[in-house]
Amino acid sequence: MKEKFVLEFAEQVVNEPIIYTLVKRFDVKVNILRAEISPGREGSMLVELESEPQRISEAEAWLREHQVQLIPIAQSLSFRQEECINCGACTAVCFSGCLTIGEPDWTLQVDRSKCIACGLCVPACPLGLFTLRFGD
Amino acid sequence: MHKSYEEINEKIAKGEAVVLTAEEVARMAQERSPEEIARSVDVVTTATFGAMCSSGCFINFGHPEPGLRMESIRLNGVPIFGGIAAVDAYIGATEVNPDNPRYGGGHLIEALVRGESLELEAHGKGTDCYPRKYARAIISRDSVNEIIMVNPRNAYQNYPAATNSSSKTMYTYMGTLLPRFGNVTYSTSGELSPLLNDPELRTIGIGTRVLLAGAQGFVSWNGTQFNTEKPTNEFGIPLSNARTLMLTANLKHMDPRFIKAAYFERYGVSLFVGLGIPIPVLDEDIARRVSISNQQIHTTICDYAEKGHPGIAQVSYAELRSGWVELDGRRVRTAPLSSLAKAREIAKILKEQVRAGTFPISAPVQSLPVHAAVRGLNLAGDAP
Repeated sequence: MKEKFVLEFAEQVVNEPIIYTLVKRFDVKVNILRAEISPGREGSMLVELESEPQRISEAEAWLREHQVQLIPIAQSLSFRQEECINCGACTAVCFSGCLTIGEPDWTLQVDRSKCIACGLCVPACPLGLFTLRFGD
Repeated sequence: MHKSYEEINEKIAKGEAVVLTAEEVARMAQERSPEEIARSVDVVTTATFGAMCSSGCFINFGHPEPGLRMESIRLNGVPIFGGIAAVDAYIGATEVNPDNPRYGGGHLIEALVRGESLELEAHGKGTDCYPRKYARAIISRDSVNEIIMVNPRNAYQNYPAATNSSSKTMYTYMGTLLPRFGNVTYSTSGELSPLLNDPELRTIGIGTRVLLAGAQGFVSWNGTQFNTEKPTNEFGIPLSNARTLMLTANLKHMDPRFIKAAYFERYGVSLFVGLGIPIPVLDEDIARRVSISNQQIHTTICDYAEKGHPGIAQVSYAELRSGWVELDGRRVRTAPLSSLAKAREIAKILKEQVRAGTFPISAPVQSLPVHAAVRGLNLAGDAP
């Protein structure tokens, strides 16, 4: 099982070796895709977790106990799709393949599992339809 | 083979006219000759839905009692041009609210089309004939006398594609251009685009009826920066931005699906405008023109990082639409900025209106210039 999450760290756990514990204690493979953490402040980290489903859910429970919020990537990106005019401007900057447009009908396709929370779509949309929950 | 406007309108009246979209006729042309198309097709509909900064509306608010000569005017905090008669003004699409630069004229125009209310604040110095010095009112599409869209430059014939050779991301009206040729953006709707289906404007001129944001309107003049002198490819298509149209229509008849405010990061506010134009298939020459396909339409890719945005490559719309083009031996991602899905919707609506006889086809009252070039601006002194 492989899944992407945004980890939201409260300021009191920023200095703890969270990722080390995930690897060592729960045998979860952690691929860090993006991180914004500074000491004494909250932090956000985009990670891909890979392990047995049982181990991942144990790791999730442990993270919650330690005040680390786990947000599946699909929930960190919000998009007001009903207002989209299908111009395609966002696809110019989306390199992860989450946002694509093309044949046959040239409507925007959104595959949230591919999002890497880079945030480039937020300013690229001329209608301001994207918001990303990552850091501040 | 020659058909007159009268013959085409008679066929429409009898319900016998064959009306196709420009995409449909491009497909048909794979199997049929221009001569066969001229015989079997009467009207071809074209469309686009792109951001067009040179857009705006004249508005007449009606006179308060006692009267006010509105000199400084704001709608929802956005300054609008009041340098005309007492309660006439012009809402420019790109003007912004100084306190909220992401909100501007484009948003006012979209709100008016939706039937929403706006707050008007106007000041004047007070004159013998207009003694009032200030007015505040809530206005809407239905409360004012006229709202007439007059767009000085729409429907650019073949706008160039954009890229960025520098090491920094550029935020432009052509969208976000990523560094080191990270992407290419393009705005024209290719084989569906109005002025690419009648490149020398044989059927489009002053008085041509158009579908502007869902309302029937007209070509009122050539657009600004109208240019007939651009080099063309072997199919007679200018290789970069050439001819343009000035368009007019009654905003009160517009459809909110086909007008949309836009904000381009670090550039400003603009307006997505939906436009449809029917082209009567008068003869074989026009049949050949409307049959043009994305493989046969080329445009220039301009480098926005260099002064004057020089062209660095030429590609076809078939290549741009494939999602990748080759630039300097590298595969570079492409992305559209105008909505092909919306353009197709407009072409289809126009096709239904022409076929139903509710959208009469007529010859232009006067042709647009056959020769016109564009001047730059000579500066008075060196830049500081």
